[in-house]
Formats: sequence, structure tokens, C-alpha cells
Amino acid sequence: MGEPGTKELLSLEELNAAVGLRTGRKHVLSILVENRPGVLTRIAGLFARRGFNIETLTVGPTQDAQVARITLTVDGALHPIDQVTKQLHKLINVLKIRDLEPNGTVSRELAMFKIAAEGPARSELLEFCEIFRGRVVDATRRSVVIEITGEEEKINAFEEVARPYGLIEIIRTGEIAMARGRSET
Amino acid sequence: MRAADAVMECLKAEGVDVVFGLPGGANLPTYDAFYDAGIHHVLVRHEAGGGHAAEGYAKATGKVGVAFATSGPGATNLVTPIADAMLDSVPVVFITGQVRTDLLGTDGFQEADTMGITMPIVKHSFMIQHPLELPRALHEAFHIARSGRPGPVLIDIPQDLSRADIGYEPVTEVSLPGYQPTFEGNHKQIRQAAKALAAAKRPVIYAGGGVINANASAELTDFAIAGGFPVTCTLMGLGGFPGTNPQWLGMLGMHGTRTANYAMDGADLICAVGARFDDRITGKLSEFAQQAKFIHIDVDPAEISKNVPAHIPIVGDARNILAKLLVEYRELEPDASRMEDWWAQIERWRAEYPLGYEDSTDSEIKPQYLIQALYEATGGDAVIVSDVGQHQMWAAQYYHFDKPRRWINSGGLGTMGFGLPAAMGAQVGLPDQVVCAITGDGSIQMNIQELATCAQNEIPVKVFIMNNGYLGMVRQWQELFWDHRYSHVDMGQFPDFVKLAEAYGASGFRFVDKNTLVEDIRAAIATPGPVLADVRVTREENTYPMIAPGAAARDMVG
Ligand SMILES: Cc1ncc(C[n+]2csc(CCOP(=O)(O)OP(=O)(O)O)c2C)c(N)n1
Ligand SMILES: [Mg+2]
Repeated sequence: MGEPGTKELLSLEELNAAVGLRTGRKHVLSILVENRPGVLTRIAGLFARRGFNIETLTVGPTQDAQVARITLTVDGALHPIDQVTKQLHKLINVLKIRDLEPNGTVSRELAMFKIAAEGPARSELLEFCEIFRGRVVDATRRSVVIEITGEEEKINAFEEVARPYGLIEIIRTGEIAMARGRSET
Repeated sequence: MRAADAVMECLKAEGVDVVFGLPGGANLPTYDAFYDAGIHHVLVRHEAGGGHAAEGYAKATGKVGVAFATSGPGATNLVTPIADAMLDSVPVVFITGQVRTDLLGTDGFQEADTMGITMPIVKHSFMIQHPLELPRALHEAFHIARSGRPGPVLIDIPQDLSRADIGYEPVTEVSLPGYQPTFEGNHKQIRQAAKALAAAKRPVIYAGGGVINANASAELTDFAIAGGFPVTCTLMGLGGFPGTNPQWLGMLGMHGTRTANYAMDGADLICAVGARFDDRITGKLSEFAQQAKFIHIDVDPAEISKNVPAHIPIVGDARNILAKLLVEYRELEPDASRMEDWWAQIERWRAEYPLGYEDSTDSEIKPQYLIQALYEATGGDAVIVSDVGQHQMWAAQYYHFDKPRRWINSGGLGTMGFGLPAAMGAQVGLPDQVVCAITGDGSIQMNIQELATCAQNEIPVKVFIMNNGYLGMVRQWQELFWDHRYSHVDMGQFPDFVKLAEAYGASGFRFVDKNTLVEDIRAAIATPGPVLADVRVTREENTYPMIAPGAAARDMVG
């Protein structure tokens, strides 16, 4: 391996391998923050700086006007996630962080699919829409817009199904998640 | 009261006795307030100088340093000191002017997104959006800067807001629900640590800058002496344990002693206190201290297990924890003889690998000797402020620091140009101490303008340039690891430092003879006012020993 600081050549494979060490299971972080300007930038900046990729991110108000919730999903091995939550805790405006356990969590995402689906294919597509408990929210002669809510996997599955019908675009909100049971997220 | 005057009241309420700064359009209201606020303001010649001076002041006194700058270029000139303070955990409040709120976001004259630029390098920052927020933000800034793991806090104040008329009421309590640093260490963990230490046959205490920041040197020293443990410190921790104590192994890391690095390598238990397992300490991480278990005491939970997994983590204030650890340890009445073999081994290393160099046979001054001469001339009792390069490593190796806050340098960021302004800040904070800057012919030129500040304000720092005519540390790496290809490191003998000193209103000296060096240094220190001494040393001398880049600590060279 090209040692740091020496003149040895560092191959691109070595560089990629060093980056590859970081992937692991998906984590859903639910973060309560003070509702102030710049807080999201601080969080996004921290992720970028520490080399973590945010997969999805949603921000919204909570029952308390002073507090906002950021739900974000990250791909990471267990150890670096621990580093990320610790680093997040150091941000003064971050109030609380939960690394949600997949089993103890209900999660939802909303997606809208714009699909060409012209002619007889359309009724076939609408059957799928029903199976997925989707809703048609807009239609023209040349396109339909279908809304699907569910866990990430369900939306992925519908995408598979919809693709052959002439998928024009997908817009997804990113996941939100809530702890199961009585306790607060 | 004008918001700018409220800023002055806040500074007074925080006990600020000096600020370093330079005015401009966006902070004219603040400077107008300085006019009769009765706060000691030192007008620097470059904002970077002001920022480093605030750091030097903070490191020397343990109090929060304060630096002011205007918007745009004034603020961007602070970027280096802010990053420096972040990496070395220095409590400094930086207060910048910003363009008027109606100009914000319009690329107004001297507008820069100071918050955005500095966001990754501050502990926290405030952009004032309403003048009434100002007093609270200031007090919160001081609280955040000095508590927990200290660090830089920035406050950006738009010009028009500082002209606003606000009532000022002192803010006595800050409430930061998202910020509650842990102070008390977990008692169970402390007991665990005491037990592990009592059982260890080959323990080492590895202390870092956190010990200095927590004012925990006395507790560390008591604990180490009571336990009979060998102690090593990082570059930032020097003075945290007396450098003349028999239990002292020397500094560890890239240019540490062999004894310290070998002890880490052979230890069965390493007790890290306020240290962060930086790559300059560990060498090749996968081969670092493979036989050891780790106790890690740190006020910042994010440092625990960041680089090296901790077996017994203790989060909290080092001073508090070490005092308790001593009590717990004593109760166990451990048998000191368990460490006899370990100490015998350490003594063998010491005898075999003392720090040393080949002295010149003529009158040439070896760089290492300059530090030894400085140590002798000052009786080891000066505050030594260093710049960055070979001279820094030699100063760390050859000046034995017995007390905390006597060694001030830029460790984490390695900022050339830190030395002179930081020495200036330290001297302002400690007017009765001898403050000496050790710098290089490269580093000194990065903030030499502050000599004017020293001369004008009669700040009597004694600056010793270890002049090798090179960017020496880079030259050393090119020699050792890049086949002697000296690419752009030779600076010749420009400028003439003696003349330059005189032009600045300081006293200039040139020392070239080792036989008179101790006397020469004494004379320089006895000279009133600021002094710049150009000390000509061996041009191509290498800093040894050394952990080569990417090598394991046990494979030190030189
Ligand atoms: C601002 C900055 N630029 C570049 C460097 C890289 N660097 C590290 S040491 C060094 C040489 C310093 O030269 P000098 O001050 O003469 O000290 P010497 O090593 O010769 O004792 C350089 C260029 C740095 N640390 N900081
Ligand atoms: Mg030099």
C-alpha cells in the first residue's frame, strides 16, 4: 500500500478499498433540533466532512414550534454510525438523537410516479396501483400520476412494476420513522 | 444603550481584560464603543495575528481569548486562527462585523458568508439577526467556548444591528438544552479503571492537551506519583507532568523518545487522559500498542473509540476524574513490586536510547543546542511559544517543561505563523513572565508584522529564530522520503532579520557562536522591549528520532 506521506504511488483500487470499508446496514436517525436558521447546514456539513453519505433526509416541524425533527437515513457500518451520532451530539443545536431499531420502528415514505401508460396498458397499471393501495392524483390522455405511501421496499417494488409502462419521473419524500409503542421517538 | 455598547458590557461581565483586533467598516460601531469602554484593546497588524494572539493569551492564562475583525477580508483573515483553535481546543470568542442586514445576500461591499465559511471549524457560531439577541448570544458564546471541550465560537454582527438602541440587562444564566457537557466521571467506570491499573504489570499514562485545558496537571502528577506509573505526554500535553520527574518518559509520537514509544508498544494497559490517539501518536494504527488495553478519560465522548477502541471509557472532566481515581486506586493498596520488571525494561531503553545529537566540533550552533542553551539561560522557567517545523520538535524535545501552560504551540493544525502573535498574546496575559518565541526563518515571516504591535505596545517578547535558511521540516522529508529532491524549500538569507527588527522598533541580534550562546541569550532576554534574535544554526540537520510515515511506532529511525 502506498504509505501516507511517501512518494509511493497509490493505486485507485487502494483508494476505493479505503472508502469501501464504511458501508453496512441502513440506519434511520431521528434527530430533534432547535428550530433555527442554519441548523440543517450544520448537520449536512458534518456528514459531508466526516465522509458520510446521507441517503434520504426529511425535515419538518413538531408539536413544539421551537423544535424541528430531521429524519435521515444513512448507510454505514455500526462503528462509524456511533461516531456520527456522537459528532452530531456535539452540535449545540441538536437536542436529541435516536438511531432507530428497524424492528421497533414504523416508517413511511411518500412517492409520486408519473407514468406514460397510454392505451390498454393503463388499466393494467391501475390494477397494480390498487394492489399497492396507491391513488391516482392526476391524469391526462398521455400520463397518470400515482401516489404511493409505504415503507421504502414497497415503493421500490412499485417502481419495478411501473417501469415497463413508461416511467417519466419519480419524486420521493425520503423516509420518516416513528418508534413503536408508547415511548417518544 | 447602543447594542455595540452592550457588547462592551458583556465583555466586562465575562471578565475580559484584553481583546485583539483590527477595525473596518462593518464593525465601526463596535470600535466606536471601544473608544471609551475602558477595555484594553490591542491593535494588531493583521487579523490572523489577532486571532493567534487571542489563542496565545487563552493558552497561557486558561481564560477565554477574544479577537475582533471586520466583515469580508477581516473575517476571512481569521479563518486560520479559528481552525487552529478548533483543532487544539482553545477557548476563543471571535467577533466579526457583517454588512448591514439590508445588504445581506446581495454581494454587498466586503460581504462574505462568514458563518458559512467557518461552520466546519467552529465549536459553535451565532449570526445575530436581531439586536436583542446580542447579549444572550455573547454570554452563550463565552460559556460554550470555555466549558466542556473548549473551542472557538464565532459571533457575526451585522453593522446596523450594532447601532440599534437596546436595553441591556446582564444575562446571568445561559440555557442551552442541546449542550450539557459531562463533568463528573461515571463512578463505576472510575472504579473499574482503578482495578485495571492496580492489576497492570506494564502500565503507561498517556496524557494530552486535555490535561492542560482541564487544569489537571497537579492531579495527574499526584496520581502518577502515587501509583508509580510511567508517564508520557503528547506535544499538546507537555508540562502536564513535570519533564524533570524520574517517572517521565519524554514525549511520545512521531518525534517522541524511543523510550516513550517503546513503552506504549510494550504496555499491557494504557491510560489515556485528554488525548485523542492522533495519527502523529499512533503511527501505523493497526500496529499501535497491540498488547494494551485502554482506559480513555476524555471530556468529549466523540473521542472515545474514535481511533482506538476503549475498554474502559470515562467521560468527564480530567481533573475531577483523576482526583477520584487516585482515591479509588489507593483503596486497593496495590503492590508496587508488580511493575519492577517493567521499570527495569524502561531503564534499559532509557540507557540505550537517550535523546541526543552529534555536536559540532567548531563554533557552529546545532539547532538542538540552541534549545538547550535557551533552557539553561532561562533556568527552564520561561513560557516557550513555538512556531511550526523542526524547531518546534526540538523545542518540545529539549526544553523540559515542569509546569503546565509554559509550552504553547500549534499542534493539531500545525500553523506556521502562530508563534510570534501567540507569544504576544501570552505576554499580554502574563506580563511578569519571560515569554520566548522559538520560531523558524520560514514561520516567522508569516506573521512578522506583529513585531510592530509588540513595539508599539511595549510587549517584550523575546523571539529566537532558529535560522537554517530552509523550510527545514519539509526539506527533511524530501531528503528522507523523496530522494533528496529539494523542491522549493531553500529560502536563502532573506530578509536581514536584524535590520528588520530595527525597522520595526525592536532590538535585533545575530548569534553565530555556540561558545557564547547562553550568554548571548541571557543578554537578549535582559534587553527591554521586544527582541528578534537571528540564530544561525546548522543548515541540514534532521529531527530525530522519528516514526517514518506509515510505519509502526516501534520501528523508529534515527
Ligand atoms: C501555513 C503553513 N504552510 C505550510 C506548512 C508546511 N510546513 C510545515 S513545517 C514547514 C517548514 C517550516 O520552516 P521554518 O519555519 O523555517 O522551520 P524549520 O522546519 O526550518 O525549523 C512547512 C512549510 C505549514 N505547516 N503551515
Ligand atoms: Mg527554517
